[in-house]
Amino acid sequence: MTRFWAWFRALVIGVPILAFTVWALQDNSRLFVVTLLNGLTLASLYFIVASGFTLVFGLMRNVNLAHGSLYLLGGYLGFFTAQFTGSWLLALAAGFAAAALVGLAMQVSIFRFMPGQDLRQTLVTIGLSIVIADLLMWAIGAQVHQLSPPAWLDGPLRGLPVIRAYSTYRLSLLPIGVLIGVALWLFLNRTRAGMMIRAGVDDRAMLAAAGVNVNLVFATTFAIGAGLAGLGGVIGAVELSMVPGEDTRLLLASLVVVIVGGMGSVAGAAIGAAILGLAETYGLAYAPTYSVVFTFGILVLVLAFRPRGILGRPA
Amino acid sequence: MSAADWRRAMNLQPRPLGARPGQAAAAVARPPRAGRGRVTNPVRLHHVVVLAFLVAYPWFATPFFTYQIGAQALALGLIALSLTFLAGSGGMISLAQMTVAGLAGYMVAIFGAAATDGATLGWPWWLAVLLGIAVAVVAATGIGWLSVRTEGIYTIMITLAIGVAFYYMALQNYAVFNGFQGKQKVFPPTLAGIYWRDPTPFYYLALACALAGYLLVVYLLRTPFGIALQGIRDNPRRMHALGFNVTAHRVAAYAVAGLLAAVGGVLFTWYNGLVTPGSVGTGWLINILVIAVLGGLRHPVGAFLGAIVFVLVQNFAIDVIDRERFNLVIGVVFLVIVLFSRDGLLGWWAALSARMSTHRGGSPWTAARTRSYARSSPSPSSPS
Repeated sequence: MTRFWAWFRALVIGVPILAFTVWALQDNSRLFVVTLLNGLTLASLYFIVASGFTLVFGLMRNVNLAHGSLYLLGGYLGFFTAQFTGSWLLALAAGFAAAALVGLAMQVSIFRFMPGQDLRQTLVTIGLSIVIADLLMWAIGAQVHQLSPPAWLDGPLRGLPVIRAYSTYRLSLLPIGVLIGVALWLFLNRTRAGMMIRAGVDDRAMLAAAGVNVNLVFATTFAIGAGLAGLGGVIGAVELSMVPGEDTRLLLASLVVVIVGGMGSVAGAAIGAAILGLAETYGLAYAPTYSVVFTFGILVLVLAFRPRGILGRPA
Repeated sequence: MSAADWRRAMNLQPRPLGARPGQAAAAVARPPRAGRGRVTNPVRLHHVVVLAFLVAYPWFATPFFTYQIGAQALALGLIALSLTFLAGSGGMISLAQMTVAGLAGYMVAIFGAAATDGATLGWPWWLAVLLGIAVAVVAATGIGWLSVRTEGIYTIMITLAIGVAFYYMALQNYAVFNGFQGKQKVFPPTLAGIYWRDPTPFYYLALACALAGYLLVVYLLRTPFGIALQGIRDNPRRMHALGFNVTAHRVAAYAVAGLLAAVGGVLFTWYNGLVTPGSVGTGWLINILVIAVLGGLRHPVGAFLGAIVFVLVQNFAIDVIDRERFNLVIGVVFLVIVLFSRDGLLGWWAALSARMSTHRGGSPWTAARTRSYARSSPSPSSPS
């Protein structure tokens, strides 16, 4: 029975996608492949931002709705660092560090005082995101800030099959995303600190009883999660652009990614990011009017049939 | 006590909302037989005073205060009341209440009259209003059916996602929703020689609707349905074991909240004279949550308290700092209240009155017994 339903589900989902692929390849193969690459690179950015979100949630059951604001903060700081120093790598580091510091401050000064009160933490982060967004708009203004890519990633990459040329920077996002994903996996699964974090996910009290400084583990995780948002901000400052409003957009994207993929799972975040990125770009390319509705349709479907996400497990 | 006794006790002995724990304990201690029909008169002096003030308000307030502050706070309060009911009594935080309200406004514009392109059928206003509310209630029930499958933070996120999806649909659909422009010039009718958009009549219209909504919620919370809903909020698994249909109660709560939000949405649309995608955008979805939490979720009156504070800040932030910095002011106010009170303004009020009553020789337990919306439930997986 279950096997039958698994097959049924795979057919219901797979056949239309396969049919669409065949039709689109035959119709305009260049558009299809370019959209595929666009979708995957966007997914890579979404993954970087959302993996921080899911990491924080996985350990602390703490939904940080100010994650989008940290993204915006990191992006702006990266932008100004790049302007002053001219170095993109320094900008990346600055974005990561700034968001990580703010995240650390949030964890130490606010979240530590309300453990286990999910709802109150959520409300506080909503308030924080309103305040941070308005402060940033006050300090920096509402105009668009766009960072140019570093010289060694600038310009198109020529000589590709089917599509001939593609932006080097966007293409480089793919390995960056994979690198961050692998690094995160190695960190969580192969290091002592990662072992502590995973132990904290499963049983916080037992970890504390084993003599680990749980507060330190929490603070580190929060800083890394927030820092990933800032890192995503610097990357997004090149690929998208920095304007007020991007924070809600990326926050919503992170929410959708982790809901679809399953809260607290890094692999789930990767799957969710791929689904969201592809759905958004294919929607934009083939049915521009309703692309966003299409995205949220997927979300509603996933939640209706798998309320905890594709790789989610009970809290 | 057998299960049947428990059931009877629960149905007959609703704890009066907001009653002092001492009274509640006395009510529980009374034998169940005395409960039916003999309910103490819940009307107190402060109810009469507040009602008299509200009725007399337009007589001494300027039209600006009657319309911009009074009527707007009542309309927004009614929408926030739907969230207070869902969250405070049902334990479900839905961010899609403004979506339901906006949908009702859109439907009134579509079935009734609006001076824009896109579909307007031009039906009589009462039919448009009835249909608009009906469509919104059906939509709210659908949203509820979808989101009761999730719990806690997931509910917030799925309702946020539904709200944003509706926002984009309204933004990008021109045939029905008229895109970015939305529906302009959606006005209340002229009836019995009174133009209902003038400040004083509109204020009384909003007051009547808000009062009806408030009394409906207060009444519902004392019915067996309301008691069961609060039981489900506190422990869904036990209520399921007692034979209550958890999902049905929750969906019904969404439908009731949808009705409140729809009426509030029609009022708010009439107040603005238009309904645009901006009024169902993320900002407003969050604003309704801000209003409800500002006031406090423990009692229906919190929604209106929060709405008054919100509208005052919205209108007078310009004097405090800068017109553009409204978000900063409301954000800071919200943060302060969330950080320093466990239940909004009502939480402060309860703490204050608890302190007063301890000084007057009351029991110090009052403070300890104050209910918090942020109770950390042991998060049992929902028995669906």
